[in-house]
Amino acid sequence: MNFQNMILTLQQFWSEQNCIIVQPYDVETGAGTLNPMTFLRSIGPEPWNVAYVEPSRRPADGRYGENPNRLYQHHQFQVILKPSPDNIQEIYLESLKQLGIHAEDHDIRFVEDNWEHPALGAWGLGWEVWLDGMEITQFTYFQQVGGIDTNPVAVEITYGLERLASYIQDKENVFDLEWVEGVKYRDVFHQPEYEHSKYTFEISDTKMLFTLFNMYEEEAKKILEQNLVFPAYDYVLKCSHTFNLLDARGAISVTERTGYITRVRNLSRLCASTYLQERERLGFPLLEGKGGSNNE
Amino acid sequence: MNKDILIEIGMEEIPSRFIRDAANLLEKKISEWLSDSRIHFSGTKVFATPRRLAVVVNEVSTKQPDLRSEVKGPSKKIALNEQEEWSKAALGFARSQGVEPSDLFFKELKGIEYVHAVKNEIGIETKSILSDGISKIITSMVYPKNMRWGKHDLKYVRPIRWLVALYDEVIIPLEITGVHSGRTSRGHRFLGKEVDIQHPSTYVSQLKESFVFVDIEERKQLIHNQINTLAKDKNWVVSIKDDLLEEVLFLVEYPTALYGSFQSEFLEIPQEVLITSMREHQRYFPVFDHESNLLPHFITVRNGDKKSLDVVARGNEKVLKARLADARFFYQEDQNLPIDKALAKLEKIVYHEELGTVGDKVRRIRTISDQIAKFLSVDEKVQRQVTRASMICKFDLVTQMVYEFPELQGVMGEDYALKAGEDPVVSSAISQHYQPRFSGDSSPESIVGAIVSIADKLDSIVGCFSIGIVPTGSQDPYALRRSAAGIVQIVLDQKLNVNLTDLFDICFAVYEESNLLKTEMDDLREKCFDFFSLRVKNVLTDMNIRYDVIDAVMATNINDISSVVRRGKAVMQFVEQSDVKITLESFNRVNNLASKAENKKIEEAYFEENVEHDLYQKWNQLHSSFTKKLETSLELEALEMLKQLQIPITSFFDKVMVMSENENLRRNRLALLANISEDITKIADFQKIVI
Repeated sequence: MNFQNMILTLQQFWSEQNCIIVQPYDVETGAGTLNPMTFLRSIGPEPWNVAYVEPSRRPADGRYGENPNRLYQHHQFQVILKPSPDNIQEIYLESLKQLGIHAEDHDIRFVEDNWEHPALGAWGLGWEVWLDGMEITQFTYFQQVGGIDTNPVAVEITYGLERLASYIQDKENVFDLEWVEGVKYRDVFHQPEYEHSKYTFEISDTKMLFTLFNMYEEEAKKILEQNLVFPAYDYVLKCSHTFNLLDARGAISVTERTGYITRVRNLSRLCASTYLQERERLGFPLLEGKGGSNNE
Repeated sequence: MNKDILIEIGMEEIPSRFIRDAANLLEKKISEWLSDSRIHFSGTKVFATPRRLAVVVNEVSTKQPDLRSEVKGPSKKIALNEQEEWSKAALGFARSQGVEPSDLFFKELKGIEYVHAVKNEIGIETKSILSDGISKIITSMVYPKNMRWGKHDLKYVRPIRWLVALYDEVIIPLEITGVHSGRTSRGHRFLGKEVDIQHPSTYVSQLKESFVFVDIEERKQLIHNQINTLAKDKNWVVSIKDDLLEEVLFLVEYPTALYGSFQSEFLEIPQEVLITSMREHQRYFPVFDHESNLLPHFITVRNGDKKSLDVVARGNEKVLKARLADARFFYQEDQNLPIDKALAKLEKIVYHEELGTVGDKVRRIRTISDQIAKFLSVDEKVQRQVTRASMICKFDLVTQMVYEFPELQGVMGEDYALKAGEDPVVSSAISQHYQPRFSGDSSPESIVGAIVSIADKLDSIVGCFSIGIVPTGSQDPYALRRSAAGIVQIVLDQKLNVNLTDLFDICFAVYEESNLLKTEMDDLREKCFDFFSLRVKNVLTDMNIRYDVIDAVMATNINDISSVVRRGKAVMQFVEQSDVKITLESFNRVNNLASKAENKKIEEAYFEENVEHDLYQKWNQLHSSFTKKLETSLELEALEMLKQLQIPITSFFDKVMVMSENENLRRNRLALLANISEDITKIADFQKIVI
């Protein structure tokens, strides 16, 4: 199964599980969790079921397109179900079957893995799912998001698409993956991998990035004073990505690091509490209806 | 007639490291609850897999035994009115106990008569309390880490998905987080199906039919045998580490061992890296040839049967290959990083905000190491090795390999240092200075490793104490207890001639110089001393030395750790002798009065009685050889010499009135006792020994 069909298959499958399918976010994120469709929407009492692909930027993992497994940008397929359904593990295993992975032919295990994202004030418990010894999915019950206890609890399922694809297509190098017939992963992503790596490690203007971080932070604060949580959160994401660029460049010392993470966390927390407060003011509109359902 | 109980809590995969304790807790809780409820049972057995905790209780009585008890009421005076009839108080008592007034009777208690009633409680039926009791047992389980799920408020280790609760063949009704109990258990996730358990006695066999080995020991044995059979077939040697086996045991319900291979070119990477990668990251068992050389194969245990075993093996090989390719890349890259450059990078890593960077710590370690080496008067060559080793002991912390495999700190340092042409003694000290890495690990082999190890650990302890980080309860983020225990072990193993206060003072001086001493020095010394005392105590306890003996030898002095341990062993051996009681009593009499002595000046002219002379003579005779025995660390022999004083001491006290009114006589007698007492307490405070 090629990369594109994997995405289509997962979208179809989760759509049948009453998830709305949304598109990747248009601000740089380091993971699907940072997309407001996850970060903000998993807060509060409203039900929410969503699935989407998230291109995730990890500047420090950039390897100029030379490493067979590490990428500046990889793809996650992200699913959020709130409240978490009772048979969620079975549903997940069914999605693997749709991808052609039949459990009885493999060794599939749920190995304890506790997830924590300090800059988001978020943590959860769950597993990494192992397929014949390879981690293919992160499976997390969010306990806290933006410093707020989740209630009801959302479950997050994050498939690592490149890993899964390299297993399914039996390729050792991510760039050899087939996107669609006749188009390789290399054809689409090798140049950006090289250029982003070169930019991140050699070209980026550290001084400008520090200035931008401060400006984004100021702007986020200012917007939050108006209780406009979504635009404010966009600037938090920009802070987060700018920090990642600086960190990858080695521009932030270990001591300073904690300080920057704290600044991002404070903003995230503020976004989270403002979001909850605004939804309450709106009367939690999704509470009565069928949140996230597109089939009825 | 008795019946069996089965409880099975079905959950999403429980973290393997929690399962054994949780299973034991479940067993304990149900046993205690039944005992507290006065319900007899013949035994319990626990079962556990990644998806379930279960317990079977055998031969549970169907009811509590009836209980006949006498209940005490008001005194006779109050119970009868002036007409000798039952008073209101007595009638009220009868009512409250559910008996007729005519059934009340009097009984004397400490000379006073009280009204009494006999209460016959009919034992309640077991089944009437099962639902409530078992619900509470399940919901009150304690796990190290808990979570919520769905819309439920219960915090539990993982979501509960099914509950089996049977009393013989009857379902015990319960409901927890919306899950209702029943008889339906679940078999293996992929191979099995739902299983209706008929009776607690068929639990194990019915689940086995559905590909789940619920019996922990049976499953463990199975894994063990499969691995060994595979190894034997291939003529490999496999060392099955207990903690890995335990983890694998709780990752699988139906184990099947299989093997895979990797390219032998990866064997050029240090063995420790390969083993760590396989063991810690992939939960594989590495295999060796008969000469203990690592082979390019591994054994892993699948949670499933033999179907498509080749696919599983290939998948695992692929993952391992990617990991090892990474490791090889790091290994080559790291060797391009000169030690000096690595050291410069340490200046950027914060050790602790108030204690500076790792670079700062390394400089302190170096000064402390140099001072300890000087104190121990090691030769010049060792001194030079200590200096170099202490300077570079942390350089590998900035290598990519240690970043990927933190548990290889030191091990990689040694390897890289050797490759960079460092002295082998210095190189191996980099690895050794982390030893002992855990309780039960060996201490550094070389004196160089030992000195740097002490310096590093001492710096951590003194630094943290100085800024107020002191371990409390389970909180010990910097592993200071282990560090202190490590120092104690090293001093003992290396037989180092150094006192605790010597070490403290060396370290304090370094801290004072760098303006890092945030606590008053005497206060800090006392805190460190108390902290180390507890470690020394643990060492003695581990040697099976009696607690009173430990108290006795520690009361004398713990500054010299080796001496405490030798004295502990000697006194332990001494007090275990059958005839020692009278000796100890004589020691105690001496010590009691010795405290009254004003000085230790003995003047023979003031001896009045023969027994005084005798005691003095005897003590005088053995005093110098006693001292010599102590100096040569022969504490038991020294003690045996003191034992010879028992008869003269006893005669002395029989004949002599120490607190004589004659001041000169009194003073002289006390002085004699004080001298003897001084010798005795060089070994221990024998008054602490429980005779």
